Amino acid sequence: MEDWRKNKGAFATFLGPASFWLLVFFVIPLILVWVYSFGERGPQGQTYLALNFENYLRAIEPIHLGIFWKSVWIGAISTAVCLVVGFPVAMGIAFAPSRWKNPLLLIVVLPFFTNLLIRTYAWIAVLRTRGFLNFGIEWTHEKLDGLATLAGFPEAMGDFVPLELLYNQYAVIIGLVYVHLPFLILPLYATLEKLDRSYMEASLDLGAGQWRTFFSVLVPLVMPGIVSGALLVFILSMGNFLVPDLLGGTDSLMIGNLIAREYGAARDWPFGSALSFMIMYPVFIFFVINAMAARYRTHKRAAA
Amino acid sequence: MTEATIRPPRRRRSRSEINPLDYLKRPWMQLTLFLSFLFLYFPIVTLVAFSFNDSKRNITWKGFTWKYYEKALNNDSLHDAFVNSMIVAGTSTVVSTALGAMLGLALHRYRFPWKGTYEGVAHLPIVIPEICMGVAMLVFFNAIGMKLSLTTITVSHIAFTIPFVAVVIRARMTGFDVSLEEASRDLGASEWQTFWHVTFPYMIPGLVAGALMAFVLSLDDFVITFFTAGVGSTTFPIKIYSMLRFSVTPEVNAASTVLIVITLSLTLVAMIVQSRWAKGRQQ
Amino acid sequence: MTDQPPIISIRNVTKRFGTVTAVDDVSIDIKRGEFFALLGPSGCGKTTLLRMLAGFETASEGSIEIDGQPMLSVPPNRRPVNMVFQSYAVFPHMTVFDNVAYGLKVTGVPKAQVAGQVREALALVHLEDYGRRKPDQLSGGQRQRVALARALVKKPKVLLLDEPLSALDAKLREAMRLELVHLQHSVGITFVIVTHDQDEALSMADRAAVMDHGVVRQIAAPGTLYEHPNSRFVADFIGKMNLLEAKVAGVSGGRLAVEIDGLGRIDVPHEGDASGEIGIAVRPEKTRLSKEPPAGDLIGLKGKVSDVAYYGNESHVLLDTDTGVRFTTTVQNEVRRTDSSVLIGDNLWISWSPEDTLVLSE
Repeated sequence: MEDWRKNKGAFATFLGPASFWLLVFFVIPLILVWVYSFGERGPQGQTYLALNFENYLRAIEPIHLGIFWKSVWIGAISTAVCLVVGFPVAMGIAFAPSRWKNPLLLIVVLPFFTNLLIRTYAWIAVLRTRGFLNFGIEWTHEKLDGLATLAGFPEAMGDFVPLELLYNQYAVIIGLVYVHLPFLILPLYATLEKLDRSYMEASLDLGAGQWRTFFSVLVPLVMPGIVSGALLVFILSMGNFLVPDLLGGTDSLMIGNLIAREYGAARDWPFGSALSFMIMYPVFIFFVINAMAARYRTHKRAAA
Repeated sequence: MTEATIRPPRRRRSRSEINPLDYLKRPWMQLTLFLSFLFLYFPIVTLVAFSFNDSKRNITWKGFTWKYYEKALNNDSLHDAFVNSMIVAGTSTVVSTALGAMLGLALHRYRFPWKGTYEGVAHLPIVIPEICMGVAMLVFFNAIGMKLSLTTITVSHIAFTIPFVAVVIRARMTGFDVSLEEASRDLGASEWQTFWHVTFPYMIPGLVAGALMAFVLSLDDFVITFFTAGVGSTTFPIKIYSMLRFSVTPEVNAASTVLIVITLSLTLVAMIVQSRWAKGRQQ
Repeated sequence: MTDQPPIISIRNVTKRFGTVTAVDDVSIDIKRGEFFALLGPSGCGKTTLLRMLAGFETASEGSIEIDGQPMLSVPPNRRPVNMVFQSYAVFPHMTVFDNVAYGLKVTGVPKAQVAGQVREALALVHLEDYGRRKPDQLSGGQRQRVALARALVKKPKVLLLDEPLSALDAKLREAMRLELVHLQHSVGITFVIVTHDQDEALSMADRAAVMDHGVVRQIAAPGTLYEHPNSRFVADFIGKMNLLEAKVAGVSGGRLAVEIDGLGRIDVPHEGDASGEIGIAVRPEKTRLSKEPPAGDLIGLKGKVSDVAYYGNESHVLLDTDTGVRFTTTVQNEVRRTDSSVLIGDNLWISWSPEDTLVLSE
């Protein structure tokens, strides 16, 4: 890497255009939303600039706080499920013979490249009352019923009542896990792949079993990958709008839906802005901490 | 140590024994992978399969048909939405590939004050929830009095795909040997000639991959488009969304399948291009 | 010691990776308390063999016994051997103390004993005061000592070392060789070391197995390997060697008459039988340069000096004979002078005693 002062002209040529675009069409809009979050809503839904904390106070009213809590909770559960499902998959691929790695990775990322909307919508067909899952369960039920009748208990199984699988928070969690699984598998795979195998071999060699090796050596060593992947999945799940919109019901209104409603039907932009910054503040704080930690680490390494 | 310290193995294993770190050879791992892949593919595969099902409601297979594709093809508003999507994705890909590539190169090459902070901000579009970016763009265009149209969608898509392209280019450049540039300068080429004759050719696979990624991201985007689309600027995903808001019909499946096929083939092309170049480099 | 059963008994072990045979029908007995080296060029299968001893690879055929116990289905964590890895594999997320204590903790050694044993092990490698450090605060040499202590604290029956010195710089490597030998004497544990460096193997090991393409070529003490190699491969791999192709012309009473292309017929002492194509070899340091033809029964040939390479303590002189044979010889630089005593283009005689001539039938 070279110092920017060595060739200021080239530096400005390369960095300038993208910086300009991101400044005007990303940073300024974000600042605008931030400014709006202190504003007031006019009678026709206009936004008046002001400096009050009304919107933030409203955001922490019990009814909205409940939605926040729900979003955090659903986000956390989705992240946990992603980890439990994703870790073995990432591990399986990372420890696969090298000719198997790329095909397996391809299998994982391909669905990720199909449309988010379509992927979410696909679950409707699976989960709805007359969907594939209920169909499968009904079929099993019928067969069991037939068996029971043969065995002389015609009433044993009762009538089939389709399960309400869609439009509730479980459907939302399934959808969120489905949509975000590759976001966790890929960074985990990248860290596991780079890990020197001899750490694990050393642990086995010193007498630790596979489980002990997993928890005492593997997990601590890939912790950075786990944390960054899990955090990304958590942020994206918590702030997701499409999945609860399509798969959720009355029990699974999430913060994303609330923001969309404030910008849409309710037309209360200042409040919507405050809500969206309620998601972003933690994100910013995390990134500041992360940047500081990285700085600290490089300083420490430079000192050593 | 005495003889007794070697505990006997719990069970006899055959000669084709698995080495301790060969996790993929273990049945439980194979089962886990299989179930995960089933989970990943089952919804999509059924969606695609039932776009060919000759039945409007039923989820049982009633025979093969193209009729929902015909229907989708003859749906004018779906057709318009598709054209809109292509315009948006095409334009934003060109701009964001150029800008993102320069950004990625600059981040790879230069050390400058506050670089960490700069990177953090530049990568924010990847990590913040899409809806936050969507409403920010809506607020911005409203504030400067710009009517929502294909232009506003395109501008937003460029902003959110630039960091993705930059990441791809930067990853490509990590394998670049700086001494190639030094050799070129040493042989008398100017900085500009060095860039075009040495650096740029090396970037090409990254550019192809980055461009295809930007195209797919733009073509697929729903949330940001949802907030920045106005009357008459409906894109393909927005159209599908409004269709399935009314009713879930095989026609939606057919339209979705078309989109899936386009994005998957582009992705595969990108991957093949990259692996070809990777192989070429090894030889 | 000789009548004790071997600590490691490798019997007809073969290891295939797909179509590649990494280890081919290898049988080795390693004695109790021995410093044993597996020596060979990279890719000869020595590391694979070591990893099979540790339990990271499974033999495709054959059996391995350690201290009389068959090891076929024993996982690495239950084998009475420990390993020092080439990369050391010192856990970066643990302190030096925790690294050394790890192997004791995981096998349920009572807490009260752990601290004492760890301290002892650290003292053994002169790292008493480093217990609280993290691996990233240690030098490469110190990390290696941690890896050694971590393995030795388990009191294994055999310590396996995979290219332990390859990551150290030249000076440290020399020092570590001596230290490893001392360490082995003081703990009395069998050491099995893998190395591609013949100097390392010759200077440290009691015995070494020379491997090539998965096959063991010779197992012997360093002196035997050097002075009595059993094949062209071993002769050439260990030390420098002048090799000539020859044909057997006759055998009579412990002497062999051979016909060498461009050199004529010579007589060399040889026990046993030989026929057909053989190799005739002589170490460079056993040859002499002279201006005059050699006297007596010395074997001599005339040539022109084509190169002189200066190494400080000695110089290597390349001599081309008229018949196209190339010889290397070493000249000790016994007198302090900067100009060479031998010049390129000089016409000189090279000679050696028939007793120093090796006959290689393989």
